[in-house]
Amino acid sequence: MVTALRPKPGPTRSYHFPGFHDELLPSGIRLVTAPIAKLPVVTVLVVVDAGSTNDPAGKEGVAALTAGTLLEGSERFDGAELAEKFEQLGTSVESGADWDSAFIKITVLSGQLEEATRLLGEAVSSPVFPEREVERAKAERLAEILQLETEPRGLADEKFSEFLYTQESRYSKPDEGSAESVSALSRKDVEEFYRSSYRAGSTTVIIAGDIPTDEARALIRRAFQRWPLGRAPDRPLIAVARTTRKSIHIVDKPEAPQSELRAGHVGLPRKHPDFFPTLVMNAVLGGLFGSRINLNLREAHGYTYGASSLYDWRRGPGPFVVSTAVQSEVTALALREILLEIDRIRAERISEEELSLARDYLDGVFPIRYETTAAIASALATLVIYDLPADYYDSYRKNVRDVSADAVLQAARSHLHPDELQTIVVGDARVIRASVSDLSVGDLHVHSS
Amino acid sequence: MGLHGGQFTTMRIPVETFHLDNGLFVTLSEDHTTPIVAVNLWYHVGSANEKTGRTGFAHLFEHMLFQGSAHVGSNEHFELIQRAGGTLNGSTWLERTNYFETVPSNELALALWLEADRMGELLPAMTQEKLDTQRDVVKNERRWAVDNQPYGTMLEKMQELVFPPSHPFQHSLIGSLEDLSAASLDDIAQFFAMYYTPDNAVLSIAGDFDSTDARKLVTEYFGPIRIGEGRPMLPPMNLPPVFGNRLREVVYDNVSLARLFMAFRSPVFGSEKYYAASVASAVLGMRKGSRLHRSLVRERQIAADVGAFTFDLAKGTDILVVDVTARPETSVAKLEEEVEREIDLIHREGVKEPEVKRAIALIETDLLASLQSAGERADRLSMFATYFKRPELVNEQADRYRSVTTQRVNELISERFGEDNRASLLYVPKEGVESESVRAAAAGAD
Repeated sequence: MVTALRPKPGPTRSYHFPGFHDELLPSGIRLVTAPIAKLPVVTVLVVVDAGSTNDPAGKEGVAALTAGTLLEGSERFDGAELAEKFEQLGTSVESGADWDSAFIKITVLSGQLEEATRLLGEAVSSPVFPEREVERAKAERLAEILQLETEPRGLADEKFSEFLYTQESRYSKPDEGSAESVSALSRKDVEEFYRSSYRAGSTTVIIAGDIPTDEARALIRRAFQRWPLGRAPDRPLIAVARTTRKSIHIVDKPEAPQSELRAGHVGLPRKHPDFFPTLVMNAVLGGLFGSRINLNLREAHGYTYGASSLYDWRRGPGPFVVSTAVQSEVTALALREILLEIDRIRAERISEEELSLARDYLDGVFPIRYETTAAIASALATLVIYDLPADYYDSYRKNVRDVSADAVLQAARSHLHPDELQTIVVGDARVIRASVSDLSVGDLHVHSS
Repeated sequence: MGLHGGQFTTMRIPVETFHLDNGLFVTLSEDHTTPIVAVNLWYHVGSANEKTGRTGFAHLFEHMLFQGSAHVGSNEHFELIQRAGGTLNGSTWLERTNYFETVPSNELALALWLEADRMGELLPAMTQEKLDTQRDVVKNERRWAVDNQPYGTMLEKMQELVFPPSHPFQHSLIGSLEDLSAASLDDIAQFFAMYYTPDNAVLSIAGDFDSTDARKLVTEYFGPIRIGEGRPMLPPMNLPPVFGNRLREVVYDNVSLARLFMAFRSPVFGSEKYYAASVASAVLGMRKGSRLHRSLVRERQIAADVGAFTFDLAKGTDILVVDVTARPETSVAKLEEEVEREIDLIHREGVKEPEVKRAIALIETDLLASLQSAGERADRLSMFATYFKRPELVNEQADRYRSVTTQRVNELISERFGEDNRASLLYVPKEGVESESVRAAAAGAD
C-alpha cells in the first residue's frame, strides 16, 4: 500500500530573479545584461519600440512586415546568405512584431556569440528590404490570412477583436494586417517605417546567458555602432469599445462539429494599479486548470477539452476574454455557465481556499518560468516595454501574496463588465442560433463566413 | 552539481540510476542552480498496445489518471501540484505515455507521492461517472484538435497510409468516437493492471534535490507497489527498409491551402542510421537556410511554408516526413511535381558538406538550449531509459550528431529517398472553400 500520509513541504530555498544590469550606451541604445553561467548558451534580444500599434492608419501590418523582412538582405549580404551565415553558426533566429514592440531574437552557443552578434548588428543596421523579399513576405502573409478562413480558433480570435473595438482602434484589426491593408503595402512603406522607428532612443538590447556584462557591453557597442539617434514617433492609441451594449455574433460555419466561443470586453492596460488583484481574480475565474470556468465546463459537464479566461496585457487596454471550444449542441449551455461564473465572482467573496490556490500557484511557479536564457530575456523585455520598475521581479511574489479576497472581489466588480459582454461564436448557426437567442446575451447578429 | 560543457567539450549532465525490487527503474540528475525539481514518469505503453476495437484507449486512460486514486480526490492531483507552485501534464504517443510535474524543490515529496498513489492504487477511485465525463472531454479534444482543425487528421491518416493493416502503429492514437464510446470500466481495470506497473515504468528526477533524500522518498512511496504480472508482447513490428512502391492518398478537406506531407520509412530512433536521417531531415526542412525553404519558399515561391521531422519511433521503423504548404496560387499538381523534383534531385546528387554542417550546428544549439529546463532533462532521461535502458545516452547526443558525416547522410538518402519509398498524403481544398477576393489579392501581390 502506498502511504495515505500526505507529505509536507520541506523548508523553502530562496530564489532570486537573475541579477541584471541596465545602462544607456553612448549611442543612445539601452543595454540590459543578465549574466547566467549555467550553460554555454546566450540569448540576444533586440526590442524596438516599433510594434503594430505604431502602424500608420491605412498601413496596418507594416510594423510586422518590417520586422519580418529586416533580416532579408543587408548592404553586404542577401537574405539567403544571411540565413546561411547565421545557421552555419548554429544560431536560431526569430524576428517579428507584436502590439507593443518589434523584436529580433537570437539564441546561440557562447563560442559563436561574437560572430553571431556582429552579423545581427550588421543585418539590422543596414537592411535593404529587397523588393522581391518584401513582396514574398506579403504573399506569405496573405496565404496566412486565407488559412484563417478554415481555422476556427484563429478566426474566432480575429472576429472577437473586430467586434470588440471601435473601427478606429488599431486593436480592431489583425496585428499583422488585413488582406486589404497588406496588399497595399510597398517596399517604400517598409523602408520609411524602418527609418522613422528603428532609432537608438527606441531600442533596447538584452543579453541573457553565459557572458559577463563587460564583454556583452563591448560586443554590443561594436555591433550596433551604426544605429541612428532619435526616437520613434509617438502614435496615440485609440482602444475604446465598439459598443457598450451586450451583443452576440455568430460567424456561420455550416456543419462545424464544435463552436469556438469567445466572450469578453475591453480590459485593462498593463500598468494599471489593479494589475495584481486582477491577475489573482482571473486565476480563480479561468486562469488555471483548477479555475472555476475550466472545472465547470470541462470537469463537471464534459462540454469541452478546455476553457480559460485571460486579460491580454498590452500598453493600451487589451481584451479580457473567455475562450473555449464546445460541442455544437451544448453551445448555449456552455455560454450560460460562463455568464454564471462571471456573475458569481462579482457577487460574492471567493473562498480562502480558492484565494490560496491562485496565490500559491502564482507565487510558487515563479522560478519555473525563468529556466532558460530566452525566458529570462523575454522577462527583461517586459520590464522595458511596459516601463516597469527595476525591482518588479523581486517584489512580484510579495505583490501576489498581498492580494486579499476583498481585493479580488473589488477587482471583479471593477474590471468585469457582464453588461457590456461581446460574444462571438464561430460555429454552425443552424444548430446554435435558437438556443443562444434564449440567453440574455444581447442583440444577435449572424454573419456568413 | 551543475552542468558543464561547451562547444569544444562535451556537455554532460550527471546521471545516477537504481532499481527498486518491484522493477521500477529510477534515474536521477542533480543540478542546484535553481530551487526547482522535475519529476517525470514514462510508462512503456502507448496506442500501439491497444486491442482492436479499443482505439484511443491509451490516451483516454491518460485522462483517467488525473481523476484521483486511493488517497487523492478527482482533479486533486492538479490542484495539489498547482497549489505547490508547480506545473504538470501528461501526454500519449504511439509507444509510451508520460506524466510530469515541475515543482519548487521543497515539494519533491508531494510530486513523488502523487505519482506513487496513482501507480499503486488507481482503481479504488475509478467510477463510471468519471469515465463518462472524461470520455466526453476526449471526444471534445478530438473535435478540437482533429476534426475541426485544418490538417488535424494528418497523424491518423499518415499512420494509416504508411503502416500495413494490423501493424501496431497503424491505428489512430486519439481513437474513433465509436471506440471511445465502447470503452468500459472493466477495460480500464484490465489496462491498468497490465501496463501501469512499476516494472513497466521509468521514474526520472532532475533538478535541485539531494540524491540520498530522493532515494529514500522513492523507496518509501514506490517500494510497496506490486510488480506486474507480465504483459502481452507486441506483435513483430519490423518492416522492410522501403515501402516497395509509391503510396499516395488525397484528402479533400476543409482547408484553404493545399499541403503535401511526404513520408519515407527511415531507421528506428536511436540507431546509428537514425542520426543520419535526423540530420537529413534538418538539411531538408529545418529553418530558412534549409534546402526546401531556399528553393520552394524563397526562390521558386511555390510554397508558403516547409518543414521536415521524424516521428522518433524506437520500434520497427521510424518515419521521416517532409511537410510543404502551397501558396494559394500554386496548383495541387505543381505542388506535388515541385516537391518530387526536389526529392529526386537530392536522391540523385546527395547533399553537400556545408548543408550537413549547418544542420548539425542548429541541432546542437537546440539540444543545449532545451537542456536548460529541468523538465526536458527529466523527460530525455526517461526516454533513453525506457527505450534503451541507458539514460546516460542523454549525454551522447551532441557527439552522435557531430559524428554524422556527409557521406553517411548521402548513403541514407540514397537508400531511403528513392521512388520506392515515398508516401504522399496530399490535402486539397474542397471546392468553394477559398475566398476569391483574398486569392486574387494574394496572386496580385506575387
